Amino acid sequence: MSERYSRQELFTGIGLEGQRKIGSKHVLVIGAGALGTGSAEALVRAGVGKLTIVDRDYVEWSNLQRQQLYAESDALDRLPKAVAAKNRLSAINSDVDIMAHVMDVSVEELEQLVDDVDVVIDATDNFDVRMIINDVAQKQKVPWIYGACVGSYGVTFTILPGETPCLACLLETVPMGGMTCDTVGIISPAVQMVVSYQVTEALKILVEDYDALRKKLVSFDLWKNEHVAINVDKIKKESCLSCGKDRTYPNLDRKNQTKTAVLCGRDTVQIRPSKLMERDLEQLATVLAAQGGKVDRNPYLVSFITDDHRLVIFKDGRVLIHGTKDISEAKTLYYRYLG
Amino acid sequence: MNVIVNGEHVEIPKNVATVSNLLQHFELDQKVVIVEWNATILEKADHQETRVSDGDRIEIVHFVGGG
Repeated sequence: MSERYSRQELFTGIGLEGQRKIGSKHVLVIGAGALGTGSAEALVRAGVGKLTIVDRDYVEWSNLQRQQLYAESDALDRLPKAVAAKNRLSAINSDVDIMAHVMDVSVEELEQLVDDVDVVIDATDNFDVRMIINDVAQKQKVPWIYGACVGSYGVTFTILPGETPCLACLLETVPMGGMTCDTVGIISPAVQMVVSYQVTEALKILVEDYDALRKKLVSFDLWKNEHVAINVDKIKKESCLSCGKDRTYPNLDRKNQTKTAVLCGRDTVQIRPSKLMERDLEQLATVLAAQGGKVDRNPYLVSFITDDHRLVIFKDGRVLIHGTKDISEAKTLYYRYLG
Repeated sequence: MNVIVNGEHVEIPKNVATVSNLLQHFELDQKVVIVEWNATILEKADHQETRVSDGDRIEIVHFVGGG
């Protein structure tokens, strides 16, 4: 055995046998932003057998403050995050089989990606894709680790199909955005804290030490010095459509997914949320105004102009993104400003 | 009224009578939250009826999307 993993093998929770298991396992990291780059680096250094990382975005200057796999050259080249991440990860540990995909993950993609995966790390930035992860994970019985952060706050929960409540049990309704890293900011220690929780839980799963799993919903605020851990076992619902006994996996149904459409000849993409809703336009205008773009509001819609794009948000939740025909770019802007 | 929220003693105004009021007070009413009230986890439907009293121990986790 080489020296490479000696400190990890000395750790009683892992040992030689645990290290062998880690080296034979496959982890899927969905998203290569702050959480994804943190988790991927830690797992590749830890010697996971295979790591797959997927992302639809490219590297920008505002990423470099916290997205640890990227350098200035990646931002200058506008390199896709999946590609830049793979470059760096391969340089860190050439023994790990690293698969990188530049893709927008939806149901079909995810059902294929999850095949032969031992654990999924959620490093996404929105609940639409998390609900899809939730149902695919339940259907294919793969553990996954929810993690999210904004400002100095973070939250995480490990979901074991058949044992813990699923994300649909916990949420009941999918949260509507408003606060994202692009609207209220983020400090990297909050990212690192969530990464620490997610990677440690992943290592426990990889070495098959299920008793060691945390089993609680955890949140913290590093600036306000708060830490909360709640036992949510009782929240598991028999009637849950994603993990209950009469499950239908509603989030895998096309009609429950956020719909996008390129508007012909208009250089515009329309995004329609899965369920129509009523947006508080006044509050939204205030949040967007703080971004420095130009905000206009009438009783029916809010218009927000950023560098090269104009976003028009309707009261029923529909959003038009002007200045692009690229669905992937439009979704990035949508989740960046509207969560 | 003095209650313990997320481990900290906090003074809350008299008009905060229920868990729903408490969430409004902390501006968490627009968010999806899990509330533990005196070591009992609450269903979301119970927030409206659950009364807050002096000395209650309340833990609140809210969900965020960023990453």
